[in-house]
Amino acid sequence: MMNKDQKTAMLQAAGAPGEIEGRSLWRDARIRLFRNKAAVGSMIILAIITLMAIFAPLLSPFAYDQIDWGYIQEGPNWENGHILGTDGNGRDIFIRILYGARVSLAVGLLATAVSLVIGVTYGAVAGYFGGRIDNIMMRFVDVLYSLPFMFFVIMLMVVFGRNIFLIFVALGAVEWLTMARIVRGQTLSLRRREFIEAAHATGVSNFKIIFRHIIPNVLGPVIVYMTLTIPQVILTESFLSFLGLGVQEPLTSWGVLISEGAKVIEAATWMLIYPAIFLALTLFCFNFIGDGLRDALDPKDR
Amino acid sequence: MLSYAIRRLMIAIPTLFIVITVAFFMMRIAPGGPFDQERALPPEIEKNIKAAYDLDKPLIEQYTIYIGKILRGDFGPSIKIRDFSVAELIMAGAPASMQLGLSAIFLALIFGVGFGTYAALRQNSTVDFVVMGVAMVGIAIPNFVMAPLLSLVFGLYLSILPTAGWGDGGIEYKILPIIALALPQIAYIARLTRGSMVEVLHSNYIRTARAKGLREKLVVNRHAIKGALLPVVSYLGPATAAVMTGSVVIETIFGVPGIGTYFVKAALNRDYPLVMGVVIVYAVMIIFLNFLVDTVYGLLDPKLKSR
Repeated sequence: MMNKDQKTAMLQAAGAPGEIEGRSLWRDARIRLFRNKAAVGSMIILAIITLMAIFAPLLSPFAYDQIDWGYIQEGPNWENGHILGTDGNGRDIFIRILYGARVSLAVGLLATAVSLVIGVTYGAVAGYFGGRIDNIMMRFVDVLYSLPFMFFVIMLMVVFGRNIFLIFVALGAVEWLTMARIVRGQTLSLRRREFIEAAHATGVSNFKIIFRHIIPNVLGPVIVYMTLTIPQVILTESFLSFLGLGVQEPLTSWGVLISEGAKVIEAATWMLIYPAIFLALTLFCFNFIGDGLRDALDPKDR
Repeated sequence: MLSYAIRRLMIAIPTLFIVITVAFFMMRIAPGGPFDQERALPPEIEKNIKAAYDLDKPLIEQYTIYIGKILRGDFGPSIKIRDFSVAELIMAGAPASMQLGLSAIFLALIFGVGFGTYAALRQNSTVDFVVMGVAMVGIAIPNFVMAPLLSLVFGLYLSILPTAGWGDGGIEYKILPIIALALPQIAYIARLTRGSMVEVLHSNYIRTARAKGLREKLVVNRHAIKGALLPVVSYLGPATAAVMTGSVVIETIFGVPGIGTYFVKAALNRDYPLVMGVVIVYAVMIIFLNFLVDTVYGLLDPKLKSR
């Protein structure tokens, strides 16, 4: 086998400019993704929102629970520093939106991670073993699928109290179903392929085949669906918080802010509009990135 | 066909069972019993009360009693709203919720299919992009943002409709909640219809229909629509679930005296029986509807009919 220098020398002798690098499928996908303007724009906007959420305390002279007695429920005003106005308790809306972003994004990511772990494992196991095991496992998913899940999440919140960690787990436990279905479908088509049979023949355990050989090969669709799950989770969390069943004071999330804004909409439109813009923008961006990733990873679908 | 329906029924029944079982055990593990008070009751009285509610029996027996009661439509008394049983409260809320929900689904079907078909027939034209763009916005904006905005614009700025409330149940009080409920579904159904319609229009049997010289109108109305509506039919189950979920928020925002409003109040007050009752009733409705939709789908889809 030639080493890299020899290869380069030969290529140059043949008149080629130098090393020709092989392009992996992932690299191809990355190039296609970065050609998609909507996806790139969305990534930039999301990165900005995320950075603003992380560095929130540096961006505003106010604390998120600080009450400014001079300005109770006043509109946006650049001069006094409340650039997006204040709420009914005299707290700065801008900083509260950023702290809400922390909660909303964290819930989105963590709950999606929970759903990822459950869904991928469940789907891969069902698809890999196939037959009766698959049948029973997927029937169970069908059963859960036909339930009105929001009501169950609310029921969980009522029974166990409104705890932010419970929100992560409850939402993750609800959102894994589609992931399991996708992974199972992919696994079914993979498990009779030669490389899996080869692994089998050399005596690799089932457990190892699933985690070492099957799961890395289903990552494409999983990543796409993951990007689409995050906004769903954020939306669900906002929904719960809107009803007063999610994040509790003085912590806040976009859902809480929107709900506070909706109550005083006649007097203080800014309290509804700005959190709503942040929420809608984030949901949009995740959806565009998901679409872009799907096109990038699965070009034949276009 | 019959075997298909039976197979769907085999899914529906265990689902129902799971729902009721989960509800029962959630209620048992919930912290704080219904008779926990500041002052401890004398043991004899506590014993009597527990006996009256069957709480002194073993868990399995409580469970069978509970299932028996639910099958008879008895969800027990509400804890927080005195003198009312859960069943009475649900019945009181049902008319308003049903009216809103059914109208919203009806509206979503008509406009969703209409816009979707219209866009599909003009694929990749400006109209298509506009309709799909608006649909995308409609999906991304959550209904708890849309509802206050609608009430702000039509109720306050234009002053043509009441901002909230139910009044005497007149039509003017229902318009905004129905629209707020229907909008996301209109958007979703429009996207669904457009997608499947585009696919159907490129299929072989449509080319055949065109090749034999049928007018375009006939091709679309008689041949294409049937195939294109199949995904919409199967979406009806999830759509109902989404409308029910949405109604919880919409009813709260507009102050509609429906099941959703009771549900939110119960959830905030920890009124366990009422929460469980609503969850079970809604789950039963959705399971039944899914079964119905699946059966209808089996009748419509020629691939399944032949089996």
